[in-house]
Amino acid sequence: MILSAQQALVIIAAVCIGTILTRALPFILFPDQNATPPYIVYLGKVLPFAAIGLLVIYCLRNVSLLSAPYGLPEAIAVLFVIALHLWKNNSLLSIGGGTVLYMLLVQTVFN
Amino acid sequence: MSPKLRALKAAFPYTIPIWAGFIFLGFAFGILMNSKGYSAQWSILMSLIIYAGSMQFVAVNLLTSVFNPLNALLITLVINARHLFYGVSMLEKYGGAGWKKPYLIFGMVDETFSVLCSTEPPPGVDKYWFMFFVTLLDHIYWVAGTALGAFFGAMVSFDTKGIDFVMTALFVVIFINQWKSQQQHSPALAGLALSLVCLLIFGPQGFIIPAMLLIVVVLSIFRKRIDKGVEI
Repeated sequence: MILSAQQALVIIAAVCIGTILTRALPFILFPDQNATPPYIVYLGKVLPFAAIGLLVIYCLRNVSLLSAPYGLPEAIAVLFVIALHLWKNNSLLSIGGGTVLYMLLVQTVFN
Repeated sequence: MSPKLRALKAAFPYTIPIWAGFIFLGFAFGILMNSKGYSAQWSILMSLIIYAGSMQFVAVNLLTSVFNPLNALLITLVINARHLFYGVSMLEKYGGAGWKKPYLIFGMVDETFSVLCSTEPPPGVDKYWFMFFVTLLDHIYWVAGTALGAFFGAMVSFDTKGIDFVMTALFVVIFINQWKSQQQHSPALAGLALSLVCLLIFGPQGFIIPAMLLIVVVLSIFRKRIDKGVEI
């Protein structure tokens, strides 16, 4: 802890306010859901799908394809999640199974 | 059964993957804060009022370098800019939530958004209470994980390496579920492909904002074609 308590509180407040701003801004700009411009309504319809794609990439952003293990544990585990989910269609099973496999891979095989 | 209890029971199963992820990530955050000399009350305070996973890890750096609140605010806006997408997506769903709306907006972290944007509550369950409880449970897991890490982090010997993959798996599963629910796959493909392109060009630190801009531009250009096929 190198900041004083007051300084730390100011930093925490700044991060808190910044986070709330990014979450609340669309609701502040378009308070009345019946008066939202059609273009924004359109974005609201399609962005959930694009946002999940963005989140998948965001989770994998620090994987390096150019150095060992070349993203192999992530690729194997993601393919396993996809295959298991298409086969059994059970979200918890797919998420749990994929995570256990990934942990095994990075702790033993690719250690 | 009261509507509240019914909504809580319906909400809980959707939060189980997030329970696992948040307990461990919150735990890691509590340990990290401890190691930098910030005691449990600091980490718990941050998880309560900031409640933004990756940003809190960045905030640890802000708390251990030169005091610069404006810089902290700007970094937060850049890192959390992706929440703008979530807000635009949830304008309609959160619209009639009344007094619950401010809390739903405050608690709109990646994981909660990903579940709520892709899930309709079961028939007979009040949707606002359902969304409220998914949000509240996730928030509780995050604070509880943080507290456990801050108080007991030093005692753990179990190897948790790789546990954060639970979030990746959650988003992959939601991606598949959304894919199966739609005829029109362009928005999902655009999100995936354009983010990947921007990651390759701008690198892991700076790709989010270019990716967001590019996604909005491309989805706007093809609006006429895409708008026909999307069903909610």
